[in-house]
Amino acid sequence: MMHRVEAAPTPRVDGERRRSEGRMRSADQGDPAPDGGHRGAPGRSGSGRLGRAAVPYAFAAPGTIVITGLMVVPVLIVIGYSLFDNVITEPSPTFTGLANFAHLFSSGDFPRALANTAIFTVASVLSHLVIGVGFAMMLNSKLLPSWLTAVFRVLFILPWLFTAAVVAVVWRLMLDPHGVINFVLQQLHLISSEVPWFSTPTTAMASIVVMNIWAGYPFFMISLLAGLQGIPDSLVEAARMDGATGVRTFFNVVVPQLRPILISMSMLDILWTSQQFALIWLTTGGGPLNLTEVVSTFTYKAAFSDYEFSQASAAAVVLIAFSLIIAVVYLRAQRRADA
Amino acid sequence: MSSDAPFTDTAMRHPGSVGWRPLRKALATVAWLLAVVLVAACSGTSGSAGGKVTLEFAQWWAPEMPKGSLQKIVDSFEKQNPNIRIKLISQPFSTLQQQTTSNAATGTLSDIVGLDGAWVNDLHKLNALASLTDLMKDAGYSGDDLASQVKVDGVTSMIPVVNFTYPLFTNDAILKKAGVAHPPKTRTEFVAAAKKISKLNGVKGWVLPLGTTNPNGAQNDVMSWLWASGGQMLKDGKPNLVNNPGVTDTVDFVKSVYDADAVSKGAFTLQETDKMNQFTNGQVGMMIDSLAHITTIEQSNPKLKFHVSALPTTDGFTQKSGLDYASWGIGVSEKSKHKAEAWKFIQYLMNTKINSRLATLANGFPGNSAAAPDLSKASAEYKQAFAIYRAGRPENEFVGLPKSNQLMRDFDEEFQKTLSGKQTVQAMLQNTQNSWGTAFK
Repeated sequence: MMHRVEAAPTPRVDGERRRSEGRMRSADQGDPAPDGGHRGAPGRSGSGRLGRAAVPYAFAAPGTIVITGLMVVPVLIVIGYSLFDNVITEPSPTFTGLANFAHLFSSGDFPRALANTAIFTVASVLSHLVIGVGFAMMLNSKLLPSWLTAVFRVLFILPWLFTAAVVAVVWRLMLDPHGVINFVLQQLHLISSEVPWFSTPTTAMASIVVMNIWAGYPFFMISLLAGLQGIPDSLVEAARMDGATGVRTFFNVVVPQLRPILISMSMLDILWTSQQFALIWLTTGGGPLNLTEVVSTFTYKAAFSDYEFSQASAAAVVLIAFSLIIAVVYLRAQRRADA
Repeated sequence: MSSDAPFTDTAMRHPGSVGWRPLRKALATVAWLLAVVLVAACSGTSGSAGGKVTLEFAQWWAPEMPKGSLQKIVDSFEKQNPNIRIKLISQPFSTLQQQTTSNAATGTLSDIVGLDGAWVNDLHKLNALASLTDLMKDAGYSGDDLASQVKVDGVTSMIPVVNFTYPLFTNDAILKKAGVAHPPKTRTEFVAAAKKISKLNGVKGWVLPLGTTNPNGAQNDVMSWLWASGGQMLKDGKPNLVNNPGVTDTVDFVKSVYDADAVSKGAFTLQETDKMNQFTNGQVGMMIDSLAHITTIEQSNPKLKFHVSALPTTDGFTQKSGLDYASWGIGVSEKSKHKAEAWKFIQYLMNTKINSRLATLANGFPGNSAAAPDLSKASAEYKQAFAIYRAGRPENEFVGLPKSNQLMRDFDEEFQKTLSGKQTVQAMLQNTQNSWGTAFK
């Protein structure tokens, strides 16, 4: 009895180890039966095979359900709405085909919002790129002491830490007629009287672009800094030994090395910037004189102010289509980079 | 062979254990997730447990009242009605406005909801509001004491709980410094005062928020001048802006103040909060604002001395002035499962005693015609405002109009063009009337 009690753990542990090995083996080799004597049993091998085949789908199911419920279904509903008239406000909307799109493009307001979106996006993304590269190069420079680089790194990344609401409030205060920017410019005799930057027709678009650049450049900077740190010193040194100037080294060594990151970041930034809403809504609301009206603010007004949910859906579908094109370009660029 | 036996035996007895165990776990996870999602989706805004009903009350009132005072009123209601619990959801006005629209569209409006008159028509069209006419009838409440009810298609959708007028606020120190002896009573006096104040360093006479994020400047800062002088922008319930001397004079008058550089800069993107901030900080001498902001102004700048007075009228106007007003309105969600309980709370807020207390706390005027605000401890500004209220008649033609906010936005956008010199006043009124026409079809 005593002997059995003391000896019992050994075969049980051994048995568990073998079971574990059997599981691993069958999973690796696709073998439904670790025991050759029962390999041919039809009921067991059938259910085991089915079970193993279903496992990946079961693991993917939660994510699939969530993405389907929160993204695919709403997008399909919005696309559906764009093809009907008086959706949400009427219990029985009528199918109108592409009439909402035709109305959008013939109204004048939407094409203007598209043009403003294009200006806002191109100016922001290009500036993010140039400033991001410049600051990343500076932070990667060996000319600065490391402690100073650390200080600059913290300072430069600060805008990225603020939420859109905080950024909007900060810039509203700074660009207020009584704000610090007007004060400084007046002290430097660059302007004779206060300028309400957000509400002056000639400066409104530039103001929201500058604000958006400030809020978004750190993401470029940090990503490019990581890319710069990954460039082997030997490449740069070799270029220098070959007599390349700093500019030539930058364009012929650094930029090609950063190219995959630059393309990816630009694509992502185009997607984000073209959908920017909060910063614009909280500062200009699309004004003055609709000069900063972009697709996102146009869509919001159509839905929540004019209750034209069909028009709003059509505008959203245009933005989705544009985003899809950029997303495909982005994925192709990624695939090329991976290859 | 003997050591292999347990493994073989186990595998034989539970043939699917190798493949099914992780699958079962994964399926269980999926089932839990689905259960959580379904429960979350099915649960409404209200709930009931153990016979106790919990109702959500979304409003912007609490942030504009002395801290905790609305909760105290709710507590006293709950004490009288132990089976009903009111959960306050407090947000700033503009946030709640957007939230209410989106919740109405998706059928997730709170059981009881704070309403502005400008939202009612649209919410009614979205079938988001319950008929208060029916709820009053079911509760045997006559409604005789209600000062007003906002009806759409003959059905009461909102009851104004507290009314706020929009008088003229004047900064005592700035007026004195500019040599303005008293708050202006006529438009001529107003222009003169605004010009005098604007000569002071760093101060402008008036603030005119025409921002389109929340476009209520059209109502409170432009059309209020029209109503104060007995004018109307509607005729038989339809827009009447063109060839309407009252409207033309009003727009011309506001434009003249703007053209005189007596308005603070940045008008095209300013909001109501900016207006209040500029007045509180002493950047402007005069503003038209809600009495509801008195508490906020006093808390922000306790040293500020200011007066409230009736909006100046056209020279020689002697009739009763129309007072621009806004309401803390209340309604019930059509989707609420506890409409009777929701009405019980509304009825409580509208009883003479509570309504009076609410109005006094909010620096407004009671929605119950039999209730009177407690003036014994009231501030001087509140007493002034009550005198103005009694001398005038509440007027706001935007209340109950379809797409009311969009109408104001259309007006603001066209007015911005006019102030920029891109079109005449007549063209502006014609364009605005054309835009408004689509909402009234």
